[in-house]
Amino acid sequence: MQVNMTVNGQEVSEEIEPRHLLVHFIRDQLGLTGTHWGCDTSNCGTCVVLIDGEPVKSCSTLAAMAGGHQITTVEGLEVDGELDPVQEGFMNCHGLQCGFCTPGMMLTARALLNKNPDPSEAVIREAISGQICRCTGYSTIVRSIHWAANKETKVSLGSAS
Amino acid sequence: MTTTEPAPNPAEEAAEEERPIGFGRLLRKEDPRLIRGMGNFVDDIQLKGMLHLAILRSPMAHARIVSIDVSAAQAHPKVVAVITGADLAEQGLAWMPTLSNDTQAVLATDKVRFQHQEVAFVVAEDRYSARDALELIDVEYELLSPVINVRKALDPDAPIIRDDLEGKTDNHIFDWETGDEAATEAVFLNAEVVVSEEIIYPRVHPAPMETCGCVADVERVSGQLTLWCTSQAPHAHRTVYALVAGLPEHKIRVIAPDIGGGFGNKVPIYPGYVCAIVASLVIGKPVKWMEDRTENLVSTGFARDYVMKAQIAATKEGKILAVRSEVLADHGAFNGVAAPVKYPAGFFGVFTGSYDLQAAHAKMTAVYTNKAPGGVAYACSFRITEAVYMVERIVDCLAHELKMDPAELRLKNLIKPEQFPYTTKTGWVYDSGNYEPAMRMAMDMAGYEELRREQAEKRERGELMGIGVSFFTEAVGAGPRKDMDILGLGMADGCELRIHPTGKAVVRLSVKTQGQGHETTFAQIVAEEIGIPPEDIEVVQGDTDNTPFGLGTYGSRSTPVSGAAAALVTRKVRDKAQIIASGMLEVSVADLEWTKGSFAVKGDPSKSVTIQDIAMRAHGAGDLPEGLEGGLEAQICYNPENLTYPFGAYICVVDIDPGTAVVTVRRFIAVDDCGTQINPMIIEGQVHGGLADGIGMAMMQMIAFDEDGNCLAGSLMDYLIPTALETPDWETGHTVTPSPHHPFGAKGIGESATVGSPPAVVNAIVDALKPYGIRHADMPLTPSRVWETMQGNHTPPI
Repeated sequence: MQVNMTVNGQEVSEEIEPRHLLVHFIRDQLGLTGTHWGCDTSNCGTCVVLIDGEPVKSCSTLAAMAGGHQITTVEGLEVDGELDPVQEGFMNCHGLQCGFCTPGMMLTARALLNKNPDPSEAVIREAISGQICRCTGYSTIVRSIHWAANKETKVSLGSAS
Repeated sequence: MTTTEPAPNPAEEAAEEERPIGFGRLLRKEDPRLIRGMGNFVDDIQLKGMLHLAILRSPMAHARIVSIDVSAAQAHPKVVAVITGADLAEQGLAWMPTLSNDTQAVLATDKVRFQHQEVAFVVAEDRYSARDALELIDVEYELLSPVINVRKALDPDAPIIRDDLEGKTDNHIFDWETGDEAATEAVFLNAEVVVSEEIIYPRVHPAPMETCGCVADVERVSGQLTLWCTSQAPHAHRTVYALVAGLPEHKIRVIAPDIGGGFGNKVPIYPGYVCAIVASLVIGKPVKWMEDRTENLVSTGFARDYVMKAQIAATKEGKILAVRSEVLADHGAFNGVAAPVKYPAGFFGVFTGSYDLQAAHAKMTAVYTNKAPGGVAYACSFRITEAVYMVERIVDCLAHELKMDPAELRLKNLIKPEQFPYTTKTGWVYDSGNYEPAMRMAMDMAGYEELRREQAEKRERGELMGIGVSFFTEAVGAGPRKDMDILGLGMADGCELRIHPTGKAVVRLSVKTQGQGHETTFAQIVAEEIGIPPEDIEVVQGDTDNTPFGLGTYGSRSTPVSGAAAALVTRKVRDKAQIIASGMLEVSVADLEWTKGSFAVKGDPSKSVTIQDIAMRAHGAGDLPEGLEGGLEAQICYNPENLTYPFGAYICVVDIDPGTAVVTVRRFIAVDDCGTQINPMIIEGQVHGGLADGIGMAMMQMIAFDEDGNCLAGSLMDYLIPTALETPDWETGHTVTPSPHHPFGAKGIGESATVGSPPAVVNAIVDALKPYGIRHADMPLTPSRVWETMQGNHTPPI
């Protein structure tokens, strides 16, 4: 079957099998290997992408279901050579070690900050609780997301004045 | 000498960076690609014409294979090949050696010995078709009785699992013993207080986020095999392939690209790797094999599975005199433990802990059962997790009996600083330590006295709050080659350093990061020694064609062994640089003084040359001192003289809901000492990860089996991993007691927290349950198991 969607701002139109999972479509067919796969059962969240701005586990989504929607993957976070503050936060606060869960974590963080620019620690922990990191123990991920929130708050205050 | 520092302030940590030329907090060199999704993990690799391999696994734990019909699978239009154990046997490849000199079936030929054992594989044009075709293979099994209960494995009527081994008439693997049994017995006979407890460390699994897998590519004409593989030890893997399959070693290139976490799970060689190599060899195309999550959990290297009968002897005043134990070890169907050959029980011998004892003794029996093979994994430092858990649990049981505070009991018995180097009653030589300041710092950070007051008040009100303490000593950096080898390969590590003409450098390691940050820390080690900024130093690792031989990254050995190699190879290069500098400045070598990055004439600092100047001269047209070759590079192989012994003091605070038995970890304080610190940010990260592991093991995880041998933990819905909701904001601090024998005083840190945290969590939960008269409860302390314990119905998990 034919599927059409927008991935990181680019229109894509591809032939797929109806059973193809979105994660495999993104990785194998589009070659965007920043989205990872980790568990089959939607427990680990390393496959999270944004569909119309909402974090979704692409291992439990058929590629066909994404038809007509806007998909953002980790490759879409950096715009015109400028890193997303979430990406900067993860680097600055040691929010990653092996880097395998990182793309999914960052996309969830991006979606959270879009809705709530000043989240508390409890809100951040709740937001990423559908995702697993084996390396960091989460504290530095929480700090990374705080860092991004602080930077964005400063930037928006700056532009307001 | 020990220095102490309080916990870093996270707000300061996120401040603008100074970039140290050497040790200090430095952002990671690997991050810019990983945060852009531009890492290169095994499953990211796509080669032209690449085929996909999927493995058919046994649904039974113990069964004879009567027949396998692959005809329908072979008829699938996208299937290229279907291979069974019988096919491999024709090539002599049906069995492979394990890292413990046992054998393991690549594909079962005679019978299956654990549920999910590899039976056949399919190679197809895409991954979906490969999976489809597995459904078309028809295997007829004749069911055999399985051995699941480890305590019954040596019963006279137990079915024999390893009848493939000639003359094997039972399920016994080995007996092992350490310490002085008679001396220990004498101490116990005369002791005022003896406390005994059966302490179980259940089977758990490291479950890295990236599962195991590989891409094998055999070039038909040259016979060159390139294997991209999730390997923590690419050189060791290459040599084993050469020894097993008879492939010439120089025709094998193992590349471990970015690895999504290892934790010991990626040390062994798994049947899937061998299958992919065979498939590529036979078909002449690249073949990819990636496990799914279930395969990872049910078939690859598990950890622990020790039943430990522990005893401790002490005076009434709380002076600990001796510890002894008898251990029953479940190794699964094949003995796949990855430990030095002379250490079948790993480094369990450090079960004497951090205490000054009069005697100690342990003996162990290891057995086969119808479960997946493995045994050393999950950041255990070769069984030190088990040893530390046992001693820290039995010390708490002693505190319970003596009605003493567990922190006070530990303080009373810790080895004193003047006793180092300290030889334990089981023969381990602890290189350096200063334990009491670490313990005091943890207690200060926790506000220990205040917590105890709060607990007393809460108990009055019927609320359940627990404070758990653990103090651990690790033994990492395997190891001295006279004692330690894996399959005959000495546990030394090579390192090569080359300074380019413009003063940039490349350092090549034998070890391989799985997230620990080697690209950053090894550049910092070289920078510290020679003054070239870390950003000018390229770190090459994980490619056997482009790095020197060494045994890889596990057991927290990278910094103690390979880190030492990196420092010493840099000093070797610096020595040559000094000779070149003496020619450039026209003074004798002895008249030169090194300050980081340059040599200057003693007494005249204006006359100096930088390492970059020297590098250009080393490759340039000018004269070099007589007899000196051009170039500026060196290679060494470092053989450590001893292990390094990091240590730490941990305090965990929990609250238990009396109505639901749900445990909340409210606080966790960790003070670690890993000697000289290379990058405090990375060290803190290593500790945090291990602390989360501890909560997982203590409260959530177990690879359990039913009586038929069905694995009950085959997904992340059944095998739980802590999320951001089960973990607190870690409170860390450190002391610094350098290793006297490591070139710059460092010790390993990768596994300290995984070793030290489970007893702290369990001790806290048991402490909370003190009003119920509880002295011991076994992991995993899930709400249901805590509830049963509160009702007086605690049962061992195995």
